[in-house]
Amino acid sequence: MALETKVIEIIMEQLGVTREECVPEASFVDDLGADSLDIVELIMEMEENFGIQIADDELDKIRTIQDVIDFLKTKGVK
Amino acid sequence: MKRRVLITGLGALTPVGNSVGEAWEGVCSGRSGIGPITRFDCSAHETKIAGEIKNFDPLVHVDKKELRRYDDFIVYALAAADMAIQDAALSIGTDQAERAGVIIGSAIGGLPTLEKEKEKLLNSGPRRISPFAIPAALANLAAGHVSIRYHLKGPINCPVTACASGTYAIGDAFRMIAWDHADVMVAGGVEAVVSPLAIGAFNAMRALSKRNDEPEKASRPFDTDRDGFVLSEGCGILILEEYHHALNRGAKVYAELVGYGITSDAFHMAAPPPGHEGAVRCMKAALRDASMGPEDIDYVNAHGTSTPLNDIYEVEAIRTVFGDHVSRLLVSSTKSMTGHLLGGAGGVEAVFAAKTIEDGIVPPTINLNRPDPAAGAIDFVPNIARKKDVRTVMSNTFGFGGANAVLILKKFEP
Repeated sequence: MALETKVIEIIMEQLGVTREECVPEASFVDDLGADSLDIVELIMEMEENFGIQIADDELDKIRTIQDVIDFLKTKGVK
Repeated sequence: MKRRVLITGLGALTPVGNSVGEAWEGVCSGRSGIGPITRFDCSAHETKIAGEIKNFDPLVHVDKKELRRYDDFIVYALAAADMAIQDAALSIGTDQAERAGVIIGSAIGGLPTLEKEKEKLLNSGPRRISPFAIPAALANLAAGHVSIRYHLKGPINCPVTACASGTYAIGDAFRMIAWDHADVMVAGGVEAVVSPLAIGAFNAMRALSKRNDEPEKASRPFDTDRDGFVLSEGCGILILEEYHHALNRGAKVYAELVGYGITSDAFHMAAPPPGHEGAVRCMKAALRDASMGPEDIDYVNAHGTSTPLNDIYEVEAIRTVFGDHVSRLLVSSTKSMTGHLLGGAGGVEAVFAAKTIEDGIVPPTINLNRPDPAAGAIDFVPNIARKKDVRTVMSNTFGFGGANAVLILKKFEP
């Protein structure tokens, strides 16, 4: 739960969206109005916060908030 | 045949005030916008004063996401453009979009963004550089974001001609309409580089005033005790409209833009030539463009930076151009109050030129206690604004690299 809360907080700050908009299935591009540069910056923020590195080819698979949370879990983030 | 171009909207964000009304009231009452630098720790810098924008709420003009992604110069340009478009009561329909454009000049663009990103590069490595570093820093993104916000699909540009950038922008936009490439142009200049590198670099050139203990007295054009310019930030934007386009929609008209001259000194990267012959040719070019003689000009809003060299050479150039008419001419430098907005100067000073004609008030040159004897007898409108029916204004700006630009505004007569 703590991980999800933190992820959503970062998304709210980076994309200027509300908590209500940040449902797990929300797509960054289609629902949260992000463009490709927004996503790059968002991922940088995740890397910084969780002390991990995300490769560009992994980035392509991340479309929704749930994708980010699942991905962080596979990296061992709790 | 050239088409006539009218000024139908004004927007400004300056150290003297955050709107045209506030800034104009400020300069007409001789108020200085210069104070101690608050943007960064300037304890190691020789110059500790600047003309900063104060009490400005950017969230009125951009949302939180935009604020984090844009350099200040982009935010300032959006704010001043919002004000100017609202002032003109202008709405650009989709059918008109291709006949509406934007030209906003800036001398240095997003230098503060580059400074911050360079710090990230050094401290944390290249992977921490923001994907927004380049679009926040490119000087043409002020015009870019205004065009996106208002769907202006006609001509777009960003003249980068140092301290003359804003004047180039307005002059080039004037020609876009005169030559039938557009019917409406959003035009002006912007700057926002009160930053450690900019202050340090201008200090290295020995260009800035060091009158740190008396910030409000630091910018003193044409005064014997001037010791350099004061770096300021802000933006001035004009709405320019083709004559019939403006009249058909019943637009309020501030003034008509009638002349534009540009020349190069081809002399030195930063210093003007003795007698500033480049400025002489530039003022003459603007007069020729306006089909006017020197005797037709009532008031010159001078470049008047408060640097030892500029002010005296500009006066020499004015004498050369105006001859005997100098004795009837008013000349003042509003930089004595705003400081020097670099690329923003031409925008803000064109706004003041239009207000001078509208209100019949000539803003003063403040801090003029001991006029430089080398300037001779010229009426610099010392310290107190002057009521006068002004029919024509010449606005001068001269930039590093020898780039000179001069505009002539005239009282509107249908």
